[in-house]
Amino acid sequence: MKIGKQSAVLKNVYLGETAVVTGPKEKNGPLGRHFDKTYDKLHCNAKSWEKAEMQLLRDAIEICLEKNGLEESDVDYFIGGDLNNQLVIGNYVLREYKLPYLGVFGACSTANESIIVGASLLEAKFGRKVLVGTSSHNATSERQFRYPTEYGGQKPESLTFTVTAAGVALLQDEPTPIKVSGFTAGKVIDADFKDPLDMGRAMAPAAFDTIKQHFEDFRVGPEAYDLIVTGDLSYYGREMVVQLFKEIKIDFSEKYKDCGLLIYDRDNQEVFAGGSGCGCAAAVTFGYLTSLLKEGHYKKILVVATGALLNAVITAQKESIPGIAHAVVLERVIP
Amino acid sequence: MWIFLQQKLFQKVKKETEIKRPILKNAARAFLVGGLICLLGQAILEILKLYLEKEMANAVMVTIMVFLGALLTCLGVYDKIGQFAGCGTIIPITGFANSMASAAIESKSEGVFLGIILNMFKLAGSVIVVGVLSAFVFGTLRYFIGI
Repeated sequence: MKIGKQSAVLKNVYLGETAVVTGPKEKNGPLGRHFDKTYDKLHCNAKSWEKAEMQLLRDAIEICLEKNGLEESDVDYFIGGDLNNQLVIGNYVLREYKLPYLGVFGACSTANESIIVGASLLEAKFGRKVLVGTSSHNATSERQFRYPTEYGGQKPESLTFTVTAAGVALLQDEPTPIKVSGFTAGKVIDADFKDPLDMGRAMAPAAFDTIKQHFEDFRVGPEAYDLIVTGDLSYYGREMVVQLFKEIKIDFSEKYKDCGLLIYDRDNQEVFAGGSGCGCAAAVTFGYLTSLLKEGHYKKILVVATGALLNAVITAQKESIPGIAHAVVLERVIP
Repeated sequence: MWIFLQQKLFQKVKKETEIKRPILKNAARAFLVGGLICLLGQAILEILKLYLEKEMANAVMVTIMVFLGALLTCLGVYDKIGQFAGCGTIIPITGFANSMASAAIESKSEGVFLGIILNMFKLAGSVIVVGVLSAFVFGTLRYFIGI
């Protein structure tokens, strides 16, 4: 049911078991032990970077099906996307499955966009079980958006480090301990940032806009949540969101975290401002936050996945970088 | 109206949260590492000059430096030094080697022709274009002014 301007309340959508597969840096990060499978090499035993990312997604789908005790044929839809041109990772992995597939693109906010589309299908009773999944790989992103991995150019402190991970989750209409109880779909917000090496701050205005709209639509404040988490703003982007809310006299910095800061240890891992990428929000939400919800550490959290909607051609034409953010409410319920 | 106000807020906070780049520190590091690379080149040149004619020694020194740059790139070291040194490792000829070698390694997965041959000068090509162009401009100037 629609509520407010950009949001909806969901009645019948629950989060089943989730699966997260990551590369070495994420394994060695603070959340390493929460992931289902990790690779010690960035190549993930594959011949190219793209195939490595496909391997991550394939593993995550397999593990997710297994953890839920499902066969492929039990699932009604797969919804997901990635950062590669024309979503090749998802497209090519899904050709191995007999799953109806909807590819979506919201840059690094894809995880939540997938949840929104999947939840809507469930709410409309167009299906009973939906898999949502996204992936990103540091090297595929570097080569597509930046430079070859071995290029010796200096990276600035504002740079975010693309997470190598795939996260897949099951959405279903049968009750589980975690309910997807609402969402707010974001608008494209452009605050005239032009530096593609400073994407955390470029996405911050979009996160601010979506969170603010979410509070207005649901007529709540930050006190309604135990945790508010953004997808991949990392250090500087998070600072900017805090600052933006200070300007309108709202302060929730104590319960506000960012997935890009949770997944890596910024002091001891060379990740600059923190993590980013489709896999960032997916790995932290599906790998870590859902288990905290299940264990009862949190009752209700707001996950705001953020994306920078650029490509290398358009930024070379001196266009600014628009951002987007989609919010999803995850709630612990006793089934 | 609201969009205008919101944009104003964004611009204000954007300015407040501006990230300052450590220009002095970067320049010092670039100077130090770039200087060391040049010193190494000079040392190799001086040694070569004992055995070869000056022009030949020059060419061999450049070849050795390019080889070293490419080797360190393949060993995965050059980008780490580059992160520390910035322009100090980009401007010397080892940086040129790095940009070629890194592009070649990266595009290996697309095969020899569509990958390596097509992409090897993706980054380094700009150096060649600017080099040829500035040679033309300064060559012309020199011809007319007759220095």
